[in-house]
Amino acid sequence: MFTSTAFLSILPETLILVLGVILLVVEPFMKEERRRNVGWLTAGGLLAILVISVLVGRPAVATSTFGNTIRFDGLGFFFKMLFVFGAGITALFLMDHEKVGQRGEAYLMLLASTIGMCLMASAADLIMLYLAIETTSIPLYVLSGFMLGDDRSTEAGFKYLLFGAMTSAVMLYGFSLLFGFAGTTNLYALADAFKSGQVSAPVIFGVIILLIVGLSFKVSIVPFHFWAPDVYEGAPTPVSGFLSTASKAAGFAVIARLFLIAFSNFTIDWITVFAVLSAVTMTVGNLLALPQKNLKRMLAYSSIAHAGYAMIGIVAFSKLGVASVVFYMAAYIVTNLAAFGVVVAVGRVVGSDEYESYKGLSRRSPLLGLIMLAAFLSLAGMPPFAGFVAKVFVFAAGVQSGFVWLVVVGILNSIIGVYYYLNVMKYVYLYRLENEDEDKHPIALTRPYMIALVVLVLGVILLGTVFAPWFSSANAAALNLF
Amino acid sequence: MAFPVLSIIVFTPAVAAMILLMIPAQRKTEARGVALAAATFALLLSLWVYIQYLTQHMTGYQFVEQYNWLSALGISLHFGVDGMSAPLVLLTGVVMFTGVLISWGDFDEHSHLSAGIQDRPREFFAFLFILASGVFGVFASLDLFMLFFFYEIAVFPMYLLIVIWGWIQTREYAAMKLTLYLFIGSVVALVGALAMYWTAGQSTGIYSFDMLQLEKAGFSASFQNLWFLPVFFGFAVLGGIWPFHNWSPDGHVAAPTAVSMFHAGVLMKLGAFAALRVGIMLLPEGAQHWSWVIMLCAGVAVVYGAFIAFIQTDFKYMVGFSSVSHMGLVMLGFSTLNRDGLTGAGVQMFSHGIMTALFFAVVGMIYDRAHTREIPQLGGMAKVMPFAAIGFIIGGLVSMGMPGFSGFIAEFPIFLGVWQSQWLVAVIASISIIITAAYIMRNIRQVFFGQMPEKFEGHITGITILDKIAITTLCLLMIVIGLFPSVMVPVVQTGVNHILQLLGVA
Repeated sequence: MFTSTAFLSILPETLILVLGVILLVVEPFMKEERRRNVGWLTAGGLLAILVISVLVGRPAVATSTFGNTIRFDGLGFFFKMLFVFGAGITALFLMDHEKVGQRGEAYLMLLASTIGMCLMASAADLIMLYLAIETTSIPLYVLSGFMLGDDRSTEAGFKYLLFGAMTSAVMLYGFSLLFGFAGTTNLYALADAFKSGQVSAPVIFGVIILLIVGLSFKVSIVPFHFWAPDVYEGAPTPVSGFLSTASKAAGFAVIARLFLIAFSNFTIDWITVFAVLSAVTMTVGNLLALPQKNLKRMLAYSSIAHAGYAMIGIVAFSKLGVASVVFYMAAYIVTNLAAFGVVVAVGRVVGSDEYESYKGLSRRSPLLGLIMLAAFLSLAGMPPFAGFVAKVFVFAAGVQSGFVWLVVVGILNSIIGVYYYLNVMKYVYLYRLENEDEDKHPIALTRPYMIALVVLVLGVILLGTVFAPWFSSANAAALNLF
Repeated sequence: MAFPVLSIIVFTPAVAAMILLMIPAQRKTEARGVALAAATFALLLSLWVYIQYLTQHMTGYQFVEQYNWLSALGISLHFGVDGMSAPLVLLTGVVMFTGVLISWGDFDEHSHLSAGIQDRPREFFAFLFILASGVFGVFASLDLFMLFFFYEIAVFPMYLLIVIWGWIQTREYAAMKLTLYLFIGSVVALVGALAMYWTAGQSTGIYSFDMLQLEKAGFSASFQNLWFLPVFFGFAVLGGIWPFHNWSPDGHVAAPTAVSMFHAGVLMKLGAFAALRVGIMLLPEGAQHWSWVIMLCAGVAVVYGAFIAFIQTDFKYMVGFSSVSHMGLVMLGFSTLNRDGLTGAGVQMFSHGIMTALFFAVVGMIYDRAHTREIPQLGGMAKVMPFAAIGFIIGGLVSMGMPGFSGFIAEFPIFLGVWQSQWLVAVIASISIIITAAYIMRNIRQVFFGQMPEKFEGHITGITILDKIAITTLCLLMIVIGLFPSVMVPVVQTGVNHILQLLGVA
């Protein structure tokens, strides 16, 4: 059973596990004040894993391994690489975080969560899927509440745990019902069972709603978004960045596989639900982002809105739709990590995430100002950055499938988005410190931040200009679902 | 493959912007030098393209380059210019060059001029050049996706340029208003473009954003009637069409001089051009069906803009509203859908671009020195800056459509065309000429030849040699076209022929 394909199918997970063990061994031997260097090890290790996986671990044809619990295909692989990338960048961001960076456990939790995400992206079995989701979530609960003694962080961790446990239980109930109706836990076998018409549609509709609850929580779709702003604000900022990007993308990977494979027979049931959720999510996310004065909270609401945009691709239910979601996630991970990276770097020096503390940023650090400009314009969907292309693809998929109304809602929402993203840039570029003495208050970038931010900005520009190779991979990934 | 001149023109400003951002912040002179070098280079290349097009008697799309960008969706980097876009590429080169010259002195350490824009020339030119790349890109793009790509690139730097270096009293409001108006317009047009893409793909089997393909798609009449208005007006917002013109005077006034020049001179043409290329050329039946709506809106813009300009006391607002009026003439030319009207509109785009750039340059020079733009408070400027006064007068004559200047070459065919299609509109619109003459002459008298207020005596300095070069360049272009229409009209006519073919009337 343990063939080479089977080994390759979990290659990234295995390597991350090995990396985690190495961390555990190495960390106690490091001097306490140098524990930050674990971050270099983590990031370097993840980079090596990324390279190795891309070189040797690419799936040739879609196969099922480990008793059909793991699906080894392009979709899973693409998402895994995104998670590994996101985790590596997050490790760099963690390094100079005062209360987290010196503690090896944080990096270990990060790796554990990444293993879970990788399994989420490739799970082809309900039990495997549930285990993967929990493996992802539990380390994230811990990381959110990692700053002991900080009330907000503790609150964030606790809130995230409660919401997560609740929705996960609802989803588990849905899984058990599915097994009861269809007699199998395998997604592909489920699809066959549904196609043969053994299960009636109304029953499945109820199950679908239960699953949507659980997954909506993961990707913060309205009305299961309430946790996001509080958790993002309270959690250590690098963790918020990770939550809002990789964790959300993992949720989308599951949604794509679960609904497009297992429930492809019941599209009338869930497409409308998702279309409405998408419209509501975009609108609520953007409207609530408008009055924010705290950048982390604003990014939380903006990430809710982005889940809504990406959802259009799922609703489109087409090859292009899935490809556009995959591309959107890639663009979004790079962009949003850059945005959170700026918050991390500025917050470390300024000690606050309020808009006010971003006054004069473009003079205190021109480079950071430009990075922020690129990230925010990309979030707003402006070329030549990744966000523009991603949005156009998603909208194109929507128009192709006849969801013009949804695309119009999306477009109206991007206009709101432009307003509040540019509003922040006003603080960065226009407003000045009280004494106009920005020269005396420079914001220095430490090496890990510099590396991470430059990589991200290059990524944002690369995805937004030379988008063909990325889109082709996304397209190849999407083909696995049709 | 031939020399890829268009891609070089398009990417020169962007590359220059990247270089600028790498120059250390305190090296202001080097930053300006790079800016001027890049602008000169782009101007020379665009001039070369135009002269080739003119002297080789080219027709159709020329200097075509095509690179596959995303074949899965039929997106390619497809550049080419025709008789409509070649003059506009040249216009962009000219305005970019003169804009850099005009803002040169603003960044001198000792400069007492221009309240508040001395700092950060590096960022200023970098953002301005990113915008210029976008503008070149739109004029040269033959691919609908890339057209949008460059269109958005041309829009967003405007926000930063106005909000950072703009007029302190209205910049935040005006910048946001402008950005939102233009963004709304462009995304509405984007939905229309996506609809075109899928519909054309379904009927022809070729999914492509290539506009030369889309021209042949043969959209059904109902499809065209449905999508023409969103697409046309989506772009025409940037062309300042009534009733979506409101952002434009506010934006012009708040922007610093070089940005106003770019904005009114080039960016508004961008909107008109995209409305023509995507709206009228890809949806010709829709254009015929709705031409009365455009004619109505454009006619209102022409007359209303002129009246509003007449009552302005702020010099810059006056020029801003005169832009609305003159761009209305461009749209009016489009709405005729006949040879005369379209030819006039094509020339008017170029002529107005040069003229309004000159206006804003002179207004900027006056404001830098007098620190007020209130017309009643100004006076006697001809004594201290005769050169600028002559420039403004020439611009004024162009604006009035005086024979011998480019304005006449542009406006006469427009009215001819409108007369053929709706004589009543021509009569009403011609009122604007009288109003324009009235406010231009009144302002020339007051600002340049009136009594100079005592507080200005001895405080107002003359303009620099760079300013003079810029003014001369702009004036010469207007006079040359006025005296020798054959340097522009034949080129535009080749473009018009193609449009008429698409409309099925040639």
